[in-house]
Amino acid sequence: MTAIDPTAHLSDEQVEQLGRELDALRDEVISSRGERDAAYIRKVISVQRKLEMSSRGVLLFSLFPPAWLVGTAGLSVAKILENMEIGHNVLHGQWDWMRDPKVHSTSWEWDHVSPAAQWKHSHNELHHTYTNVIGKDNDLGYGIMRVDEDQRWHPFHLGQPLWNFINACFFEYGVAAYDLELGKNLRKSRRKDPEFRARAREVGKKIRKQVLKDYVLHPLLSGPSFLTTLAATFTANLVRNLWSHSVIMCGHFPEGVQTFERRSIVGETRGQWYLRQMLGSANISGSKLLHVMTGNLSHQIEHHLFPDLPSNRYGEIAPKVREVFDRYGLEYVTGSLPKQLFSAWRKVFRLSLPNREVRTPDRAPERVAA
Amino acid sequence: MTRVALRARALRLLEMVTTPLLPSDYLDLVDPLRAGADLRGRIEAVHPETADAATVVIKPGRGWKGHVAGQYVRVGVDVDGVRLWRAYSVTSPANRADGRITITVKAVPGGKVSNHLVRRAEPGAVIQLDQATGDFVLPATRPAKVLYLTAGSGITPAMGMMRDADLADVVVLHSAPTGADVIFRDDLHDLAADGAIRLIERHTDTDGVLDIARLDEHVPDWAERETWACGPVGMLDAAEEHWARHGLADRLHTERFRPVVLATGDGGAVTFTTTGRTVEADGSTPLLDVGERAGVLMPSGCRMGICFGCVTPLRAGSVQDLRTGEITTAEPGVLIQTCVSAAAGACEIER
Repeated sequence: MTAIDPTAHLSDEQVEQLGRELDALRDEVISSRGERDAAYIRKVISVQRKLEMSSRGVLLFSLFPPAWLVGTAGLSVAKILENMEIGHNVLHGQWDWMRDPKVHSTSWEWDHVSPAAQWKHSHNELHHTYTNVIGKDNDLGYGIMRVDEDQRWHPFHLGQPLWNFINACFFEYGVAAYDLELGKNLRKSRRKDPEFRARAREVGKKIRKQVLKDYVLHPLLSGPSFLTTLAATFTANLVRNLWSHSVIMCGHFPEGVQTFERRSIVGETRGQWYLRQMLGSANISGSKLLHVMTGNLSHQIEHHLFPDLPSNRYGEIAPKVREVFDRYGLEYVTGSLPKQLFSAWRKVFRLSLPNREVRTPDRAPERVAA
Repeated sequence: MTRVALRARALRLLEMVTTPLLPSDYLDLVDPLRAGADLRGRIEAVHPETADAATVVIKPGRGWKGHVAGQYVRVGVDVDGVRLWRAYSVTSPANRADGRITITVKAVPGGKVSNHLVRRAEPGAVIQLDQATGDFVLPATRPAKVLYLTAGSGITPAMGMMRDADLADVVVLHSAPTGADVIFRDDLHDLAADGAIRLIERHTDTDGVLDIARLDEHVPDWAERETWACGPVGMLDAAEEHWARHGLADRLHTERFRPVVLATGDGGAVTFTTTGRTVEADGSTPLLDVGERAGVLMPSGCRMGICFGCVTPLRAGSVQDLRTGEITTAEPGVLIQTCVSAAAGACEIER
């Protein structure tokens, strides 16, 4: 395969200079973190909790269709905020600097079937460290899809558009299974591993709690509206799953995003690490509301460069980050949500088939030997 | 079933409804000072005392158990978004009718919390509280003769005691740079005018620093008095030495607030408190590596300061962020990323 390296024009010294510039940008944000940021996250948390409480309140009367609609919409938004702008970011340690034990990565638990501790390991440690490294970053197709030409094709991949859709609908369960590395751990030799079994028990416990809350207790509290409330919570979870799956697909799968070889990260310098994050992520452009609803993962590039900076700052530093891309002649992959989503899905369909011997790519192939 | 058991069961049921949050997370949005909540207080007013000191009036939450005059309270204040904890003497009497408490704070140069409370705190702000504590208090059997030996903001616990209890024979020997620097000056003068205390006010800018060896000149009967002393480290050290020299150490009570001075340099002895192991570390090796080499079970993650998988409580001492050079000093609630922090002097981490 012809590999066109989009970083070939940069000398080692330039790459390290780029690293120093990004370090300086990071320091700038860290030294200016303060009351405004703390007030922001507390406000989001307060709005989310009030929205969730009132939506669940309205759903007590979900037998009436208008109440069902309002309650379901409110609960969907509340669940999205809870997972994206709050949960994901708190668990990244973005707000640990506030030293508030109630808003801290070590004490936070989220409205999700994957226990926070397990998600932090698979997401923060594996995905953020090995971003887009084939064979190391399981986020590249979650082990059920082929999202890069360099991943070996298997007939199983013929069904991947369907697998991806099912995964989107039940995304939180997909994430839990993924955090457990179920595919690997269900092999006979590993099934009895006590460490795996302990983690599986944790997930089971979390699932029971979540299901009991959403599908038993709240419907029961609704009395005659039992079934409609059940349908409402199911819908809210579905909406949240589809939304977060879509946002996450847009972060690393659209055309133009680069992947990396396993050996390319051996002895990687700070500058090279930054470079990999820059080329391995894609943004979504849109309004302020869109950014908040995506947990600011619409600023995926900024998030991957600086995973522990407060999320409200990503949008603010984005122009400066983009300026660095331009100055170093690198492509800042971004686009509207429909455009990026279409691009990511097209890739899922395209790569469900084996690579064509000769293909005329609509853009440069996405492989770098950085 | 008892009421307590019923309550516990109801609470468990409620927790199943609010999981993964707790019912209190929602109730805190409505009433952060309610009974059963983490102890907090609301600042109701800030009254200036001198150019750089102020009294903060706090309405404590329902869980407040009261204090004994002379005790201090730890307050957690969000300064620039960061929660910082400090201890201040309670300056209100224990039986204040409206249930409010006051602390009196002197802004020290570079002091984040003190400057915030004196100059920027706004009524309405909610702060974190701890129950009052400390044994710098009057005994149940009141002593016949008392001396309060104070300097600067050291007057604050003494004032708490003076406001709380009427004693027959009280001498206050207080030092401050100038008359304008004397915290509670009007109150002290009023008490003196009423004959409640004998006040000896010294202005060190003109009178010089009090020489404890010549205490007799100011308070001839000092040896007969039960003494409470609060002020700068130098004064307290001198007082302890003086009282000890006269074999009267048990009649002197001292209160110290200054944090322990830290030797922040390159490296130091690192103690892992859970494992009970101490090793020498240099100033450039991450504590994660130090711990692992010492056979301590360290949580770890990305090993590059990103994932926060390694955060660990810092119990004592200071560490240096290898990335920024920033020094972090132990305080309750301070967690460090061991993978990017090195010892800056002796330190203790909880592993």
